[in-house]
Amino acid sequence: MKFFSNPNYDFVRWRWHAITLSLVVILAGAAVIGTRGLQKGVDFEGGTIVIAKFDTPKRIEEVRAAITSGVAGGGDAVVQDYGPTGSGTVMIRVRRTGHESGGELSSEAEAVINALKKSNLGNFSVAGTEIVGPIVGEQLRRQGILATVLALAGIMTYIALRFQLSFAVGAIAATLHDLLVCLAFLAFFRYDLTLNVIAGLLTITGYSVNDTIVIFDRVRENTRGVRRGENLAAVVNTAVNQTLSRTIITAGTTLLSVIALYLFGGDVLEGFAFTMLVGIISGTYSTVFIAAAIAIMLQGRKPVRGQMATAAAPETTRKPGRRRAS
Amino acid sequence: MKNIRWKVFTVIGVFAVFFALGVYPILANRYSKLPAPAWLKAKQLKLGLDLRGGVHLVLRVQTDEALKTSSTTTAEQLREAARTAGINLTAVTVPTPITFHIEGVPSEKDADFRRVADQIAGTNYDRNPGAGGTYDFTMRPNIAVQMRQQTVTQARETIDRRVNELGVTEPNISEYGDTGDQLLVQLPGVSDVARAKEIIRSTAQLQLKIVEAGPMSSQEALLQQYNGKLPDDMEVVPGAAGSEETGPAFYLVRKTAAVTGQDLRNAQPSLDDNGRPAVAFSLTREGSSKFGKVTGDNIGRALAIILDNRVQSAPRIDGRITDNGRIYGSFTQEQVTDLSLVLNSGALPASMSYLEERVIGPTLGQDSIRSGVMASLAGLVLVILFMLVYYKLSGINAIVAMIANLVILLGLMAYFGATMTLPGIAGFILTMGMGVDSNVLIFERVKEEMTAGQPARNAVNRSFDRVFLTLLDTHVTSLIAAAFLFQFGTGPIRGFATTLTIGLLTNLFTSIFVSKTLFEAVLLGRPAKASLSI
Repeated sequence: MKFFSNPNYDFVRWRWHAITLSLVVILAGAAVIGTRGLQKGVDFEGGTIVIAKFDTPKRIEEVRAAITSGVAGGGDAVVQDYGPTGSGTVMIRVRRTGHESGGELSSEAEAVINALKKSNLGNFSVAGTEIVGPIVGEQLRRQGILATVLALAGIMTYIALRFQLSFAVGAIAATLHDLLVCLAFLAFFRYDLTLNVIAGLLTITGYSVNDTIVIFDRVRENTRGVRRGENLAAVVNTAVNQTLSRTIITAGTTLLSVIALYLFGGDVLEGFAFTMLVGIISGTYSTVFIAAAIAIMLQGRKPVRGQMATAAAPETTRKPGRRRAS
Repeated sequence: MKNIRWKVFTVIGVFAVFFALGVYPILANRYSKLPAPAWLKAKQLKLGLDLRGGVHLVLRVQTDEALKTSSTTTAEQLREAARTAGINLTAVTVPTPITFHIEGVPSEKDADFRRVADQIAGTNYDRNPGAGGTYDFTMRPNIAVQMRQQTVTQARETIDRRVNELGVTEPNISEYGDTGDQLLVQLPGVSDVARAKEIIRSTAQLQLKIVEAGPMSSQEALLQQYNGKLPDDMEVVPGAAGSEETGPAFYLVRKTAAVTGQDLRNAQPSLDDNGRPAVAFSLTREGSSKFGKVTGDNIGRALAIILDNRVQSAPRIDGRITDNGRIYGSFTQEQVTDLSLVLNSGALPASMSYLEERVIGPTLGQDSIRSGVMASLAGLVLVILFMLVYYKLSGINAIVAMIANLVILLGLMAYFGATMTLPGIAGFILTMGMGVDSNVLIFERVKEEMTAGQPARNAVNRSFDRVFLTLLDTHVTSLIAAAFLFQFGTGPIRGFATTLTIGLLTNLFTSIFVSKTLFEAVLLGRPAKASLSI
């Protein structure tokens, strides 16, 4: 079975359309984030979450009314169904916590629980609480940004060592593209930025570069024996076509497992699975359209040979250290 | 083709070893009919807090308090020493945790004061003279850093001990965050959060009380001489649990403590007059006078050392003890070390506040496990179906490699006692998807080579050669991302990074070695030009 037999699409020709499309999505995301802001979960913003399991299913409006009337400033609380439908489990999120000094951090959670007790909603048990004070929220935010930036820098250094710099920039551009697209979609669909979502974004960083490397590796392999004068665009296009079915299939299999995660993984992992879902699709798209396009633009119309150190090295003596562009 | 035989044996051997080490214990634990030795059953995959339920707390130690205490103590000592030297300071204040200010040094006694000050505060404080016989003392920065660090470490040890007393299995108490004064406390299986929080945060009480009777094995026996009625000024305190095999011990002690932990300055391992292990302790000024009176009046009686309302030991008072003394008895070196540690870390060095609290109830954890397993199975079935449809018989090859990968991953994680979290399960599922990725890369290459006219065996060999470097590159970049994830994450996220990292490493092995061996085994004995179901 084969999806493509001898594909020969001119992907490189479409690069400007692709870049435009990506920019539109990213700018739209930026506009949404700019006006509405990216919704941060309690991990990064601080706040209080109470997960209550009622003996019988409750309507969200009833619970919200109980919180609004029973908790001071409870009007801006977020109340959602949680877990399997009909389980009677609801999640209540308040943007505040008690004071960090003393032992009062949990006072807001206690206020929520008391409000539920006083209401006539019936018996419930507290299945879980999450209370993150502003100090930890700020700390996690800083660490999250740092981890992402350092991961990108580390990957870029590695690619720059293994390939030439313009490829590294292309790979990082594609990865940044995927991160921005993920953020845009998180904003469109109003997902909270949580620790799990950050884990998803970092995984996408690895995955996206992974995908791009396969093509760059093929470009590197193909440039062995390329005649002077043949330009990079043609070589890249060939490489993209040669690896096309692989690109689609691996995206497909990974997508299958992520879909399983999205459908069955439960509420805790939903944000993660959604990020991965968007990231894998975006990663495949950026691999084909964006990464190579950027590399070509940076490389200009310079001939490929001479810039590829591998071109001269015989296959049997290839060593990682020698593959660096000279 | 001896070579192939060895490769096949290696693959089967590795698979069998990891299955036995990692997967079998999990099964044996679940289905009690399966026989397994206890040491093998102990090799279990640990479940993280999010799957098992429990409490996750981040506390801040108010290290300023410890510094302030230190500055206050030093200032008071200086006032005392100065008085002895004939200088009556008019004012001693501690405006910030790391500074103190004194006034009233007469100019003719300035040299004397400097000498005294050097003795008392010379090592830890910088001295700055001000106008009219005043001095400012500022704690040296390195001392302050050291003292803060000590405070946090001491708080951690205290909490550790308390948590152990709570009977929590596999707690995690570690320093946390980037400000240097935070502690992470994870208590799996604990659901009574209020109690746990209270126990962690309350300042432990050390009390030394005169023993009226005991130790005896029951409260009734103790109270016999009082006709079964507890006198008003006494109380019954149980002995430390599990210290000896003599069973429970109870002591009847006076209600009023001779001294408490607040009177204690320091305790450390030492030796008694006969060279046997003992604990040396020193008391503060107020503690000394109280203690001196009580011990002087009670020579020959036993003094109970009570910590958290349990009698740790009850040595005999041999003479009047004032500012320092020794606790001795039949101690081993280890007991002495423990006792001094308990005395020193008994009370928290500073108060603490909570910065983060997460409580995962057991039902939430159960739900998460159920959905995680469900998602894994669904992912597995989907990927297997796809591989069989798309690659036909060679798909089996990829499936075997993938399952070998998952078994080795589980085996390694269980063997090293790694923690599985909910995001870790996600990492498991991703490993499935990405593991197939490597096989697809190889298979697509094989197809390409065969389309170009290469016979199957050649095509397989060439593909594996070509793809190796690509696989190396892709795995290294993913590992870089995983490494930063590990650095950044706590708990659940760290579980994800662990699973992903081990998964990537095992995948490199299975996709290159296992998969290739299978191809070679299949092609073995077939003519060189045979085709391949791919």
